[in-house]
Amino acid sequence: MATTVTKPETLVGKRIRRLEDPRLITGAATYLDDIKVPGMHHACVVRSPHGAAIIRSIDTKAALALPGVAAVFTGADIKHLGPVPCAASLPGLRVPHHHLLAQDRVYFAGHPVAVVVATDRYIAQDAADLVEVDYEPLQAVTDPEKAIAPGAPAVHPEWADNVAFTFHQEGGDTAQAFLDADVVVRQRITSQRLIPTAMETRGVLAEWHSGEKSLTLRSSTQIPHLLRTLVAGILGMPENLLRVITPEVGGGFGSKLNVYAEEALMAFIAMKINKPVKWVESRRENFQCTIHGRGHVDYFELAAKRDGTMLGMRLKLIQDLGAYLQLLTPAIPTLSVLMMPGLYRFKNISADIVGVFTNAVPTDAYRGAGRPEATHGIERMVDILAAELRMDPVALRLKNFVGNDEFPYATPTGLAYDSGDYAKPLQQALETVDYDGLRREQVAARSAGKLMGIGISTYGEICAMGPSIALPAGGWESATVKVEPTGKVTVMTGASPHGQGEETTFAQIVADELGVAMGDVLVVHGDTAVVQYGIGTFGSRGTAVGGTAMYYALQTLKAKIRKFGAMMLESETVTLSGGFCTDEATGKSVSFAEMAVAAYHAKKLPPNTEPGLVATCFWEPPNFTFPFGAHIVVTDVDRETGDISIRRYVAVDDCGRIINPLIVAGQVHGGVAQGLGQALWEQAVYDDNGQLVTGELTDYALPKAHQMPWIEASHTETPSPTNPLGVKGVGEAGTIGCSPAVVNSVVDALSPLGVRHIDMPLTPEKIWNLIQKGGRA
Amino acid sequence: MKRTISLTINGTRYTDEVEPRLLFIHYLREVAGLTGPHIGCETSICGACTVMLDGKAVKSCTMFAVQADGRQAITIEGLAQNGKLDPLQEAFWNEHGLQCGFCTPGMIITARQLLTDNPHPTDQEIRHGLDGNLCRCTGYQHIVNAVRTAAKAGA
Repeated sequence: MATTVTKPETLVGKRIRRLEDPRLITGAATYLDDIKVPGMHHACVVRSPHGAAIIRSIDTKAALALPGVAAVFTGADIKHLGPVPCAASLPGLRVPHHHLLAQDRVYFAGHPVAVVVATDRYIAQDAADLVEVDYEPLQAVTDPEKAIAPGAPAVHPEWADNVAFTFHQEGGDTAQAFLDADVVVRQRITSQRLIPTAMETRGVLAEWHSGEKSLTLRSSTQIPHLLRTLVAGILGMPENLLRVITPEVGGGFGSKLNVYAEEALMAFIAMKINKPVKWVESRRENFQCTIHGRGHVDYFELAAKRDGTMLGMRLKLIQDLGAYLQLLTPAIPTLSVLMMPGLYRFKNISADIVGVFTNAVPTDAYRGAGRPEATHGIERMVDILAAELRMDPVALRLKNFVGNDEFPYATPTGLAYDSGDYAKPLQQALETVDYDGLRREQVAARSAGKLMGIGISTYGEICAMGPSIALPAGGWESATVKVEPTGKVTVMTGASPHGQGEETTFAQIVADELGVAMGDVLVVHGDTAVVQYGIGTFGSRGTAVGGTAMYYALQTLKAKIRKFGAMMLESETVTLSGGFCTDEATGKSVSFAEMAVAAYHAKKLPPNTEPGLVATCFWEPPNFTFPFGAHIVVTDVDRETGDISIRRYVAVDDCGRIINPLIVAGQVHGGVAQGLGQALWEQAVYDDNGQLVTGELTDYALPKAHQMPWIEASHTETPSPTNPLGVKGVGEAGTIGCSPAVVNSVVDALSPLGVRHIDMPLTPEKIWNLIQKGGRA
Repeated sequence: MKRTISLTINGTRYTDEVEPRLLFIHYLREVAGLTGPHIGCETSICGACTVMLDGKAVKSCTMFAVQADGRQAITIEGLAQNGKLDPLQEAFWNEHGLQCGFCTPGMIITARQLLTDNPHPTDQEIRHGLDGNLCRCTGYQHIVNAVRTAAKAGA
């Protein structure tokens, strides 16, 4: 009846290969597009080819006449449905009504105009080509600075200035700090638009159950429960009749932390035609219509004393929002402001955000979400200040770090940094590269006419999103832990992962807590009919918030198991360890499985105890966590070609306690690759007509294997006091730490030419031109 | 105007009537029911759809099903033999060469080709050999480790 319970070694902290991998390496995993259901139809979305246009008319007759076409829907059919939601709110925020399909006007290239449904995906595509839309093109604007200049075309005719909001935040006395300063450095710094590019595009499969009047919506999403609540709202259907299932998700990076028009559209269409409907995004659609990231133009000012003491920072932040506000669009730049002090002790900040509408797909959360932009700016400004003061950038950083004895540290942006030892990863990175030796080598290289650079970034993060007060829909996470009658353990987590390996790391924690084998633990996620509720996986929160919810559920469960042990051993003093309850006095013990059976058979129960072994915890974190680290990048720049080669990439990250070093290393490598992509290659380019020029993988430069340097990743471990696991989160660290280290390195290489800043991406063309012009941009 | 094609996939004979315009990846996934190979871009850049055709790794999104007529294909589903994983599959598992797993079937097939052509590649040769396959999760480092490990094991 019961499983054999053996005492495993402690698994947390061990390099353990993942439990989810066997299905993924054999082709047996089930992603959205792998699912077929009887009677399934296929949808194809007709999209605007213009950046801005008036829709004069739509003719669907030819499409409808094609054999196999079941229906065509246009804006008029969905006008009564709710808008695509924006959950973020700011004072005075202008929220355009975001219909599921365009009404009389399109606002960006790719704007959905009609949906064709057919028995076959090829027929649906053919029919989509037959939908005739008569457009009157309008002048578009895609550059946020041009959009707020006088005379720019209005993206939304009702708001001529293209300003969705302005937002001011101030801490300390910045005016006084700038008066007290010996030195003020200023720089315009951009963080270009990026395309998240999960390898699996989005996809939706909606099934209407006419008998039950219920709907099953499968979607490749990071947030199944929020999607359910919000799509129910759009459709006006009872939430408990909508079930959202997240199959295997092929990457998200924030792009699937959203509610998209197609999710509600497919649900609506499945109900309308009483057939299951599948829509899978093409890569072109993914680039045109799934959210982009970044899109900042930032004007930084940093005030300091002559000895390098930083006094305060000012920032004017222009955020390219795109044409609409998606789920969190306007909230992302506010995270940049929170991050402004970085790891430094200065107490005065002042920030002004202007959120700008453009004729482009909305921006929203992409890996790091607001924090890479801020960190890039801060770390660039520190280097610019170091150059101005002729100080070593390491010495300047060390002089200004928050001290180890200052935690919890109150920032001028209202945060309380939880724990840290900011010099430690920097020292470790410096030793790894032999910093002093490198600087000597650089002197020799320069006298030989070579361009060699050493770049440093020391970054902080705001992770484990987050206390509920900081997130529109709550920042807690939930877990249910169930010991089955056979002693097997099932965990239901609201943190819906998409590559992070939570099925493994969560099983490691359960195995240690309950003393069961990892293989006896099943972690279930991504089904609203099974999992109680949840917020999802994003913002480096999976383990720090979701894992903690599970940890507390485990504690409740352990207390109950101990009661059964005490009853069975007829003892008051029992301990639960290694899968056994033991009476310390007699040495007698009962196994975990025996206690599980007793709890379900319930022939005899401990006093005031219910049968069964199930515990649920909804955990509200008291604070964010604040990971930190240091990245050092050594580059050589080719004078003849402008090509940058990365000689060393050293990343020392402190993400708190490490559950599985293999998975943590993978997160760092992947994060660095996305940071490097931004620093060197990637950029979403719109032309003046609003066409996305980088509309396919043929034109958008995703990092390839041979372009990536070897990443020398190591860690320091400063536990977070915010949660009992001591974890801080690692999903975004690599991305946040990377781009300023790379740009600092290349600017350092070109500094003999007088270069003090270069905007990303650092393409060979840009670098070559700088070299040709003797460093003048 | 359908055409009949007949081919062997993972050792099994398939005969089907297909439209001449049907892409091979759609044939594999929709007709043959082999959903291991994935569609990531439709422009032959990402390599998620990579399968073996007559012993060569090809991108099945940029060829038609009719072009596979009479040929032998192996997909990720056919790599393990008698329930035993291919050493490359083992190495990807051991070295954490995947996260979301979407690129993995194509990546492993390409790595198979790479090691067939060059059983003892350097890291740079591995990286160049995998340039036709994109991964957005791993930064490729653990993938390179996996291929190197598999090569050392004589895969």
